[in-house]
Amino acid sequence: MIRSSLLGASLLLVAALALPGAGPAGAQTKPKAKPKAAAGAPAPALLAQGKQVYIQYCLSCHQADGGGVQNMNPPLTKTEYVLGDKARLTNILVHGFAEKVEIQGETYRNVMPAHDFLTDAQMAAVLTYVRNSFGNKASAISVAEVKATRAAGK
Amino acid sequence: MKTSALRYALLPAVLAGGAALFALAPAAPRVAPDPGNAGLKLPAGFGALVVAETGGKARHLAVSPEGTVYVKLNKPTAQGGILVLKPTATGKATVTSGFGNYGGTGMYLKNGYLYASSDKDVYRYKLDAKNQVVSPSQPELVVAGLKLGQEHESKSIVLDDAGNLYVNVGAYSNSCQVKDREKGSMGIANCPVLDSAGGIWQFKADGQRQRQAQGTRYATGLRNVVGLDWNAKDNQLFVMQHGRDQLHDIFPAMYDEKTSSQLPAECMYAVKGGDNAGWPYIYYDPAKHEKMLAPEYGGDGKKAVTDKYINPVAAYPAHMAPNALLFYTGTMFPAKYRNGAFIAFHGSWNRAPEPQMGYFVAFQPFKDGKPNGPYEVFADNFSGSAAKTASGRADHRPCGLAQGPDGSLYVSDDSKGTIFRIVYNK
Repeated sequence: MIRSSLLGASLLLVAALALPGAGPAGAQTKPKAKPKAAAGAPAPALLAQGKQVYIQYCLSCHQADGGGVQNMNPPLTKTEYVLGDKARLTNILVHGFAEKVEIQGETYRNVMPAHDFLTDAQMAAVLTYVRNSFGNKASAISVAEVKATRAAGK
Repeated sequence: MKTSALRYALLPAVLAGGAALFALAPAAPRVAPDPGNAGLKLPAGFGALVVAETGGKARHLAVSPEGTVYVKLNKPTAQGGILVLKPTATGKATVTSGFGNYGGTGMYLKNGYLYASSDKDVYRYKLDAKNQVVSPSQPELVVAGLKLGQEHESKSIVLDDAGNLYVNVGAYSNSCQVKDREKGSMGIANCPVLDSAGGIWQFKADGQRQRQAQGTRYATGLRNVVGLDWNAKDNQLFVMQHGRDQLHDIFPAMYDEKTSSQLPAECMYAVKGGDNAGWPYIYYDPAKHEKMLAPEYGGDGKKAVTDKYINPVAAYPAHMAPNALLFYTGTMFPAKYRNGAFIAFHGSWNRAPEPQMGYFVAFQPFKDGKPNGPYEVFADNFSGSAAKTASGRADHRPCGLAQGPDGSLYVSDDSKGTIFRIVYNK
């Protein structure tokens, strides 16, 4: 359901802009060039669902603006961890993350716990929300992609 | 200009109180505050100035009798991990040099030595008669190889008057769960973190290359202590604990978000050798005034504990992160401040989605060596505005406190690296 609406939105965009080769699932190219951000945005219902998951499970550490916490919890903005490889990002959510990490010259240390209790649909929604919030613009992550990443293991 | 503004501000209070008008006689200010008190909100009669902008993550600091300010940076800059600020005639100071190629938090000056800590070691630097570091590149390694995990890495330090050094070794865990910070994960029996962390270790202040095992675990059950000070009046160590995080995230059925933002208290403990403050097994509920069994160890938010664990001597709102403690012994400030405690609250993050709190320096009145009455917000608005406090996007975050030779109060900020100085002009 979610996936098909996403697909529809993306296909519409592709048709409208006549972008070559920007498939809905594999849209790795940076969408900065798009003239109208809203045109390429994931469906509002999906983002709303993602926001709900974010508020419940992510906000207390990453904060309402996605900016994280100095020295502790990494920001979700302007980072390849969020904007880059989708499988890596999905794995962080599934398995957690316990490495000291440097983003934009700042070091962050707190452990991120595994969130494997979330459903595939919740994960797809929240990851898509994070990739399209706080100033971020990146392609959606589908339920099928989450399923595949989880099946592949860590 | 500043003085007259101060006089007008004081006037209504003085008239209402019927106090003698000669109290307003404008004694020449010892140090002129910045216009607008550098953005800080202070009690009447106090002023503030920016001593220097260091541009570094200024953690703790020490001020010599000559007014030289030593600042420990969390991350070394090109100048080093310890900055030397020399005073100027205006009361401000200039960064003149730096040394030490390591980041850290601890900075303490006593008995002719400057003590500094990285996240693993404690060093000391011999000072000359003018309290200048003799050999910046050749410190003595006093303590080596302290336990360092992924969190609570600050090794805050203080000395007593009997040749002992006290070092915080923070717990490398939030609440000693099997899986740190994971929803529903229970606590590990006989929490192994406490073997090498989650307490205060005591060492010889003049020792060389002391390993942690050679020190004494002076107090345990303290999750993380960034602010600590020795109270010379009753010859005792006082510490500020950073209370545990995320009760709601980990046990949502027992704690809603609002409750989680208010639990547990940030606690002040008066510590004696052998004390156990109870982390991770208990936390302190500031509304119930009770030690509660932690949910990781069978608690449900309702079961209180009355056993071997010491009680705090004072409790403060949750998650405000007390990063410095200073007993004020100067004479510049009015008498009520003498031998009381200043606490630098770094500011919260774990109150979200509730509004954040902190980013101020509090004053805790003391009487006979014990906290006496509620704390007061002493220096506020380090964040820059109420909205920045609520969002947690503060301009400045108070982290270190030191008393100047004239009794003024220095405050370091580890966000922008500003060093503030608070003075009293009666």
